[in-house]
Amino acid sequence: MSVDVKTVKRVARLARIAVSEEDAERMTGELNAILGFVDQLNEVDVSGVEPMTSVTPMEMKKRQDVVTDGNKAADIVANAPATEENFFLVPKVVE
Amino acid sequence: MNDLTQLTISQARAKLCAKEITATEITEAYLSAIERANPALNAYVAVTDDKAREMAKASDAKLAKGEGGSLEGIPLGIKDLFGTEGIHTQACSHVLDGFKPRFESTVTTNLWADGAVMLGKLNMDEFAMGSSNETSYYGPVVNPWRRSRLDTVVMPTTHQGDGGFVSAGGTRTAQTLDNAQLVPGGSSGGSASAVSAFLCAGATATDTGGSIRQPAAFTGTVGIKPTYGRCSRWGIVAFASSLDQAGPIARDVRDAAILLKSMASVDPKDTTSVDWPVPDYEAAIGKPIKGMKVGIPREYRVDGMPEEIEALWQKGIAWLKDAGAEIVDISLPHTKYALPAYYIVAPAEASSNLARYDGVRYGLRVPGKDIVDMYENTRAAGFGREVKRRIMIGTYVLSAGYYDAYYLQAQKVRNLIKRDFENVFAAGIDVILTPATPSAAFGIADEDMAADPVKMYLNDIFTVTVNMAGLPGIAVPAGLDAKGLPLGLQLIGRPFDEETLFQTAHVIEQAAGSFQPEKWW
Repeated sequence: MSVDVKTVKRVARLARIAVSEEDAERMTGELNAILGFVDQLNEVDVSGVEPMTSVTPMEMKKRQDVVTDGNKAADIVANAPATEENFFLVPKVVE
Repeated sequence: MNDLTQLTISQARAKLCAKEITATEITEAYLSAIERANPALNAYVAVTDDKAREMAKASDAKLAKGEGGSLEGIPLGIKDLFGTEGIHTQACSHVLDGFKPRFESTVTTNLWADGAVMLGKLNMDEFAMGSSNETSYYGPVVNPWRRSRLDTVVMPTTHQGDGGFVSAGGTRTAQTLDNAQLVPGGSSGGSASAVSAFLCAGATATDTGGSIRQPAAFTGTVGIKPTYGRCSRWGIVAFASSLDQAGPIARDVRDAAILLKSMASVDPKDTTSVDWPVPDYEAAIGKPIKGMKVGIPREYRVDGMPEEIEALWQKGIAWLKDAGAEIVDISLPHTKYALPAYYIVAPAEASSNLARYDGVRYGLRVPGKDIVDMYENTRAAGFGREVKRRIMIGTYVLSAGYYDAYYLQAQKVRNLIKRDFENVFAAGIDVILTPATPSAAFGIADEDMAADPVKMYLNDIFTVTVNMAGLPGIAVPAGLDAKGLPLGLQLIGRPFDEETLFQTAHVIEQAAGSFQPEKWW
């Protein structure tokens, strides 16, 4: 399978990465080289094979559904580019 | 010994315990070595001198009372992927500009608890995506190793009297170092370069497709990627969560064993970490390998592999045979599909993990006309080309209509790759021997690799299978190529059998000797 510039722009939109016309054209070539490389997986007979869900056989660990951490609002916003009173500030999303 | 940076961890540990040297002295030795070398090698992106001195002082107090931990006073470098509280942690990406976490990764917490001293944060490929350390926002790391050039020197004709030495003139060859700068491999290029150039006693690293073992092979150092689940991933910047594992890069096999013992632990904060006791890996070193079954997978003999790599592999086989191991030809039939399957699974997981860099919670923010525009501008400016490429591939293979064809198919193939290994281990193979990389270190800004991303990806052809199957793998230096560059062999073990890897790698190390770059920096 291969992608065209239009698909690359759509994927960039899904990935939330702004791309210029020039970027999109360059990426189309690069992505097609990679997709061409991975195409060989289609020759593998996978009938009856389950997709991997865990690389080592382990049981999912469970714990009591209780609060074990928290009350760190100042730590959580400490690295944010814009904050006010322990809230993240973002451009207006609701008119 | 005058230069304390030349000591291995085990040697330094003995001298510190015997009070022949102090943690402060060895830390100062490393800090001055870094100051001199880093402008040339670019291995460190942040040097934490004050913190290092403070930690060394605390270690000296403990050592004086005879209370030192297993790494008391040992100066280490930390890959920039590990969260270190209040200290530069950016995965060498622009998108994490200024990020100083309010937490400490479990692996580094373990190291500090055992008394290690932090020298600083090490350069790496951006978000650990790369095989040459050229994708770092902080610029490429330089390999301390350089190619030697054979120059022809004309010899003068001399006569030294009766029966004395007579030179008939003619020519001889002299070795000189070529000036071309080489990559240290990646993504843990800063870790490998710093260990090889004596800028830290050992380093932390991480490996998603070969990022510990390939740079170790390129720099003549030892690197082990333990079994998935052996080290906690908590507090390490995530790339591909089902493949990522932390491990050490060290000067020799014993040092790697000492470091892994400290780094590994079960951790309630990482549910994939394993609740099994961490063995004393050092105790495995020196145990005989007589009767051990060593598998040689025929599929690792790839087209276009340099003869030197094949010769190195044969040497490794001969060393293990001489030590009493039984050599068995084996087949891992799905080997060739590991790299293509990886380039679906890893980007898919990365596209999801890297969704968090949105200009809201940390790092860079580039304004836009609305919130979506802000996200898009931030990510466009913050991520480098390789990272964008992988996010795009991952987003595409997970998008509606393509999920089954790509992602599901790759996860099925991944099970087949794992099954190949399970079959040979079930047949009695104890350890598998392969080359670590298909070539020696290549030049910075290699044109072929820059033109075709797949060419760069092929660096991981021998290492990526191990991540896909969650197994432990170690790269150990085994010789030099004709140009004087180090080459490594890889040993692959059963899940959680790192002990056999240390035991066998030590046999190779004893036979091959150790390798140090000629100092030019």
